[in-house]
Amino acid sequence: MIWARPAPPSSDKRWKMVEAAMRRHGYRRDALIEALHSAQEAFGYLEEDGLRFVAQSLRLPLSLVYGVATFYHFFTLKPPGRHTCVVCTGTACHINGAPALLGMLEREFNLRPGQTAPDGSLSLVTARCVGSCSLAPVAVVDRDLMGKLTPEQLHRRLQGCRRHDAG
Amino acid sequence: MTPDELQRAAAAERDAQRKFEHHLHVCTAAGCLSAGSGHLKQALEQEIAERGMHGVCRVKGVGCMGLCSAGPLVSAEPEGWLYGQASPEDVPDIARSLIEGRPVRRLLVPSDLPFFRRQLKVVLENSGRVDPERIEDYIAAGGYAALTKALSEMTPEEVIREVTASGLRGRGGAGYPTGLKWSTVAKAPGAEKFVVCNADEGDPGAFMDRAVLESDPHRVLEGMILAAYAVGARYGYIYVRAEYPLAVQRLRTAIRQAERAGLLGDRICGTRFGFAVEVRLGAGAFVCGEETALMASIEGRRGAPRPRPPYPAQQGLWGHSTLINNVETLANVPPIIERGGAWLAGIGTPRSTGTKVFALAGKIINTGLIEVPMGIRLREIIYDIGGGVPEGRRVKAVQTGGPSGGCIPEEHLDAPVDYESLAELGSMMGSGGLIVMDEGTCMVEVARFFLEFSAGESCGKCVPCRVGTTHLYELLNRVVRGEADAGTLSALEELADVVRQTSLCGLGQSAPSPVLSTLRYFRPEYEAHVREGRCLAGSCGSGDKR
Amino acid sequence: MTTGIKTLRIDGRDLSARAEQTILEVARENGIFIPSLCYLEGLTPVGACRLCLVEVKGAKRLLPACVTVVEEGMEVTTRSERLDRYRRTILELLFTERNHICSVCVSNGHCELQGLAERLNLLHVRFPYRYPRLPVDASHPRFVADHNRCILCTRCVRVCEEIEGAHTWDLAGRGIEARVITDLNQPWGASESCTGCGKCVHVCPTGALSEKGRSVAEMAKRRQFLPYLTLMRDKTP
Repeated sequence: MIWARPAPPSSDKRWKMVEAAMRRHGYRRDALIEALHSAQEAFGYLEEDGLRFVAQSLRLPLSLVYGVATFYHFFTLKPPGRHTCVVCTGTACHINGAPALLGMLEREFNLRPGQTAPDGSLSLVTARCVGSCSLAPVAVVDRDLMGKLTPEQLHRRLQGCRRHDAG
Repeated sequence: MTPDELQRAAAAERDAQRKFEHHLHVCTAAGCLSAGSGHLKQALEQEIAERGMHGVCRVKGVGCMGLCSAGPLVSAEPEGWLYGQASPEDVPDIARSLIEGRPVRRLLVPSDLPFFRRQLKVVLENSGRVDPERIEDYIAAGGYAALTKALSEMTPEEVIREVTASGLRGRGGAGYPTGLKWSTVAKAPGAEKFVVCNADEGDPGAFMDRAVLESDPHRVLEGMILAAYAVGARYGYIYVRAEYPLAVQRLRTAIRQAERAGLLGDRICGTRFGFAVEVRLGAGAFVCGEETALMASIEGRRGAPRPRPPYPAQQGLWGHSTLINNVETLANVPPIIERGGAWLAGIGTPRSTGTKVFALAGKIINTGLIEVPMGIRLREIIYDIGGGVPEGRRVKAVQTGGPSGGCIPEEHLDAPVDYESLAELGSMMGSGGLIVMDEGTCMVEVARFFLEFSAGESCGKCVPCRVGTTHLYELLNRVVRGEADAGTLSALEELADVVRQTSLCGLGQSAPSPVLSTLRYFRPEYEAHVREGRCLAGSCGSGDKR
Repeated sequence: MTTGIKTLRIDGRDLSARAEQTILEVARENGIFIPSLCYLEGLTPVGACRLCLVEVKGAKRLLPACVTVVEEGMEVTTRSERLDRYRRTILELLFTERNHICSVCVSNGHCELQGLAERLNLLHVRFPYRYPRLPVDASHPRFVADHNRCILCTRCVRVCEEIEGAHTWDLAGRGIEARVITDLNQPWGASESCTGCGKCVHVCPTGALSEKGRSVAEMAKRRQFLPYLTLMRDKTP
């Protein structure tokens, strides 16, 4: 039976990172999650072409790959917003004000966790715990961890992101 | 590396360190890093260089020093000063304090605080002292001596015997006897075996394993290599949450360093024993902390558990016998081998030996990472070590075991912290998350919070957990919102029983624990919500924000 | 060298079993009823529906009969007040999870979920119905997938993977959001991997998968093919 390794979906250089991850694991079937991590890292999300490419490279059924990609909440199949806000909803953050942060985000930005603003400016996700419980409540905005956060501070920071985009 | 070579390397590093009169240790674990300790360290290095002090003062990044609420933390040795909440603006004063021999008063954290005095560091003994990114530092502190000792003087059976004698029990929460698990894998048939380190610390509010991995990764590696030697495994995986990028990075660095030093790979320390380790990332699934789900994830599949028996020791990764241990469990192994199992058995209680690392958080003054001997009373942890509740409020309950655990009310704070006592009280040891709650916390809302979590993390394979946790969450929602009726509480209790008894894995089986435990101790709060629509804690008037 | 035969006791009856048999297999051989939904002879058992849980003397927890291999001297109880109560509750959970309306269903009268509810005397559902909005996929030329009737037993996934080999179906999402999908969550009719063999339709215990052209109560499934295929593939001379 002749099986040929598929070509990447496009000439975009980022596919090389995905190929490198699969090669590092010898194209073994169990490299799936590592491959998906590299694709998400490279492109910000998992697109259909990427899933197909990984499935064919690792000789896996399409439905299995889709099933794995959607099981793990770290992976997203939708493009992220220009800015990402991760609100920690761990226990310590929960009793120290995380619900107020989420409430503000719903009122002022019309966003619930898992949603991206229609203009693509901001994605809101929750994390079950980022491990900085002493700084509760915590949110991570574009990889910056903000601790002992008040809704006003978060509001200001996100408005700042929007202004930065516009200006 | 032979034991002699190791000793020489350790001595060489210690000599190199002694050349400096002063050492400034900056915590670079995630908590302090996110409070700016990276900038602080850079500023210190710059100041020291500008003052021409770099020949006498060494600035070193270290791991977690425990008192996270006072971060960023800097310690000065040999002076023994601990500075808290230090920022780049304080750097000139810190440098000057070394020259003048007088500490900066406004930054000083008393080192004889009960927070420090009452702790017993075993797992965290290097945390805050060694540079997690230098194997030489670990070796200078005595690292890998246990491994070279075992490989040159002990048989695998003798290693297992010491671990068994220590009484060590799984620190991931279940408390299964570690020596027994090791000997089961060692005896299992099959030439190919695996060792897996479970670093998928998923309990919200728990960051013990994360701190150990970021602060002393070599210690965990050494424990794994010893385990592999003992059970006859040649390959291992460390399964780490994707949400811990710093831990992943430090582990990968540590693995490379260990390989270069001949402590990993073929022919470790010149013997015929070979062991290789790989880091595998989780991807946001709490259920993957369950052993069979973890293995499914390593095999590249959905993290759905399967029924046990068969256990991983009998049928694990790709059908081979597999040893799975938690980070903290493995970190206990090197000192057991060095000092003997009886040494650890002498700490703690007869059935819960050794120490336990806890992540103290919630309504408490001193939040952070602590390590205490088993058997210590909860009251001592909360008041002596934790410093009590802010604003002089009272403790209402202590939550242990995360979403699988329960709430222990104030009247039981004299209970000893050991596996059996906590289970009897309707909670469990869990992985080490300890959340303190005061009178402003609504216990019904706490139960709802945990059920929302469990329902969201359910893998969906078995009916009782998939549908049952959602219904439990919905029922609790009604209670919190004052929309419940007389039948709601009995439906809640019955369903909790069914989910507990019939779920396929530990997630579903323990998901009802928060409900059952808060019903047991705080039933009046439930009844006030149901009968009067009133929250006794006065906090959940506005209902669900999500 | 042992003969590989074990003896055990189920509901007070002494029975013999081959070494690798499960409690469920031995029970079925001897006409002892243990309810199940995800189990199907010929497919790898998964122990997911939890209906087959039985009490085993000496075991701390209830054990799923479909995956538990018998041990010598095992004492099993398959019926008790508690077990019956648990089984009815599990059925209640299933009925409230999605939209199971027998009166308009192609499998009315031929449905394993319905049949079990009758047999276990389920008279009343105590939990609120969720009424999720779920799709009906009629894109395939010969078959229909009505997700309102799916109980996530994964028989379709297993038969397509283990017997047909196409692995068209799998589970996506998790928890209460879990759902069965084809390929990259495409309409069944657009699937690249589906061979149209129809095995999944016939192993499906409810009306979730059915043949086009069937009206209410007309979808009787033909299950004989599975044990037949298993038998034909057995190459022992």
